[in-house]
Amino acid sequence: MPKQQNDTTGNSAIANDIILKVADLRVSFRAYGGRVQAVRGISFDLKRGETVAIVGESGSGKSVSVKTVMGILPGNAIIESGEVRYGGMDLTKVSEEKFHEIRGNRIGLIFQDPLSALNPIMKIGKQITETLRLAKKMSGEEARAKAIELMAAVHIPDPQRRFNQYPFQFSGGMRQRIVIAIALAGDPEILICDEPTTALDVTVQSKILELINEIKRERHLSVIFITHDLGVVANMADRVNVMYAGKIVEAGTTEEIFFSPAHPYTWALLSSMPDLQTKERLQAIPGAPPNMIYPPAGDAFARRNPYALKIDMEKEPPYFRLSDTHYAATWLAHPKAPKVEMPAVLRARIDRMKRSGMLNG
Amino acid sequence: MADTPYLLEARNLCQHFASGRGGKRLTVKAVDDVSFGVRPAEIFGLVGESGCGKTTTGRTIIRLYDPTSGTVTFDGREISGGMTRGLRRYLTDNIAMIFQDPIESLNPRMTVEEIVGEGLTIRGVKDKAEVRRRVVEMLGKVGLTNEHATRYPHEFSGGQRQRIGIARAIITHPKMIIADEPVSALDVSVQAQVINLLNDLKEEMGLTILFIAHNLSVVKYFSDRIGVMYYGHLVEIARGDDLYAKPLHPYTRALLSAIPEPNPLTEKTRRRIDYDPERDHKEDYFSGNPVMTEIEPEHFVYCTPSELELYRDQVRGKADA
Repeated sequence: MPKQQNDTTGNSAIANDIILKVADLRVSFRAYGGRVQAVRGISFDLKRGETVAIVGESGSGKSVSVKTVMGILPGNAIIESGEVRYGGMDLTKVSEEKFHEIRGNRIGLIFQDPLSALNPIMKIGKQITETLRLAKKMSGEEARAKAIELMAAVHIPDPQRRFNQYPFQFSGGMRQRIVIAIALAGDPEILICDEPTTALDVTVQSKILELINEIKRERHLSVIFITHDLGVVANMADRVNVMYAGKIVEAGTTEEIFFSPAHPYTWALLSSMPDLQTKERLQAIPGAPPNMIYPPAGDAFARRNPYALKIDMEKEPPYFRLSDTHYAATWLAHPKAPKVEMPAVLRARIDRMKRSGMLNG
Repeated sequence: MADTPYLLEARNLCQHFASGRGGKRLTVKAVDDVSFGVRPAEIFGLVGESGCGKTTTGRTIIRLYDPTSGTVTFDGREISGGMTRGLRRYLTDNIAMIFQDPIESLNPRMTVEEIVGEGLTIRGVKDKAEVRRRVVEMLGKVGLTNEHATRYPHEFSGGQRQRIGIARAIITHPKMIIADEPVSALDVSVQAQVINLLNDLKEEMGLTILFIAHNLSVVKYFSDRIGVMYYGHLVEIARGDDLYAKPLHPYTRALLSAIPEPNPLTEKTRRRIDYDPERDHKEDYFSGNPVMTEIEPEHFVYCTPSELELYRDQVRGKADA
């Protein structure tokens, strides 16, 4: 196995130390047309020092689930059930006042759009020192020194001068570095990244991903990483949760999800986009995601799924255990289900991935 | 294929934007000395990062902007000169555009029938029933049905809206389509549908497509030849496979090395290459005049004479290995 991989996965001694646990979380929104059931009973845990990715399309509920963890749901949201266990507390029941001690200090957040995450009329330096002065009760001088140190840690060149500039004077990648510096200011132990590179160009994206991996290693952070880009998942994640229509349809280690995916939605995600070797016709997923005011009965993906069984339309599939770390919610994984192989295109692609992995390893 | 004359050809195309006055005058060279050609029934991909000028190139070709200098010819006729009624007609008859944002590019107060049929009405098709018939035919082609014709854009999902945009573009049977990031606003599961649709239409109607995008895997899959842009310059043109197998320009290498691949085995050890113009080029790249030079058949690089030798050696080296 390549050496670098050990660095990112690593920490096997404390691998079983669960730092955050989400259990059967249900969140819905009061909307004009009815109740939008955005998250419909998801459970996952985050272990110390690992990166867990949540993958899904827009509207699958991935952002809503981490907003619940951060306690920043909008006013029309209702937490129907479930809990978020962290440090002996249930974050869904913690008061807003108490949350001030957690948010930013113990759990940091990096947003998708670095421009709207920053205050356009406040100097960069002040935006970083704000956290330090409020939460860490530092003096102005101390905070300034610490902020410059943080800016250097996220590789901002010439931090002394940059300290006094405004967000518009920074490029997209530099702004995202500032957002990361702010997230680190409270010295959190969990970092939540909500599509941190979606708004960035590929070359900038790969630098930011490297930076996140670097600070994670240095500061022993645990990371929840939200994205829809499977390439980014392959780069960052130790474990992956695939979300569709408010549910986690498959969960496993990165290797399990990429090399032995079991849920037809994961198959579809993996095979619908071309990679650099693809020549054949793309396997498009027919139709569109369901309306979550009226989520369909059974497996929500069944209506777009050519492999769906009759029972998929009627009865919601439970999680079937495929290994100690690998679970999938599809009736296809039931021992009595007819044997269905993944699409040949995907099988070929996985074989190709393994081969190129052997060459590189 | 290689000797087929170009359908669309841009020669030394420049598009500069000026802002400010007097001492504060600033010129942005959005497109600077760009030359390329697109052959009939070919898909030419234009990639680059935001701000590199790829969208401006497309918009200048279809004359949403007036080019600062340089020429564009389409089917032998120059389309970059002074704008006349006849030229505008010629342009809109032959080239259509598909836009990135399927919400912004559809008029919210018009029904799908009006949006898609507008091109026909402008071209003097007076018969309502005839317009209707052809709109329904086009909707069928892009995977919508006639019941969609009376609805408004807000009633559709992103993928469906992009289909409406495509129907509007092809109803006048243009020879060429400029597709500016047609899938980047869509969800992954829907992107593949739209890419397949464009591919089918291209086969069926013999379309020539200028495909502008930043997702390199999609461009590689969809295009016959690819041009890479960096800060207003086209730095490399090659067939898709050649470009990925033997990128020559240091920027192309950097760009390719940054693509995250959905493969955990290789992705965790991927080495990123940085592009630093001052380090990766010699002095003469900036002072002298680098030009687009053909290194091997169908493979052009923007380089200086001294770099040319180096690239030639590299191509030969690859061929030997």
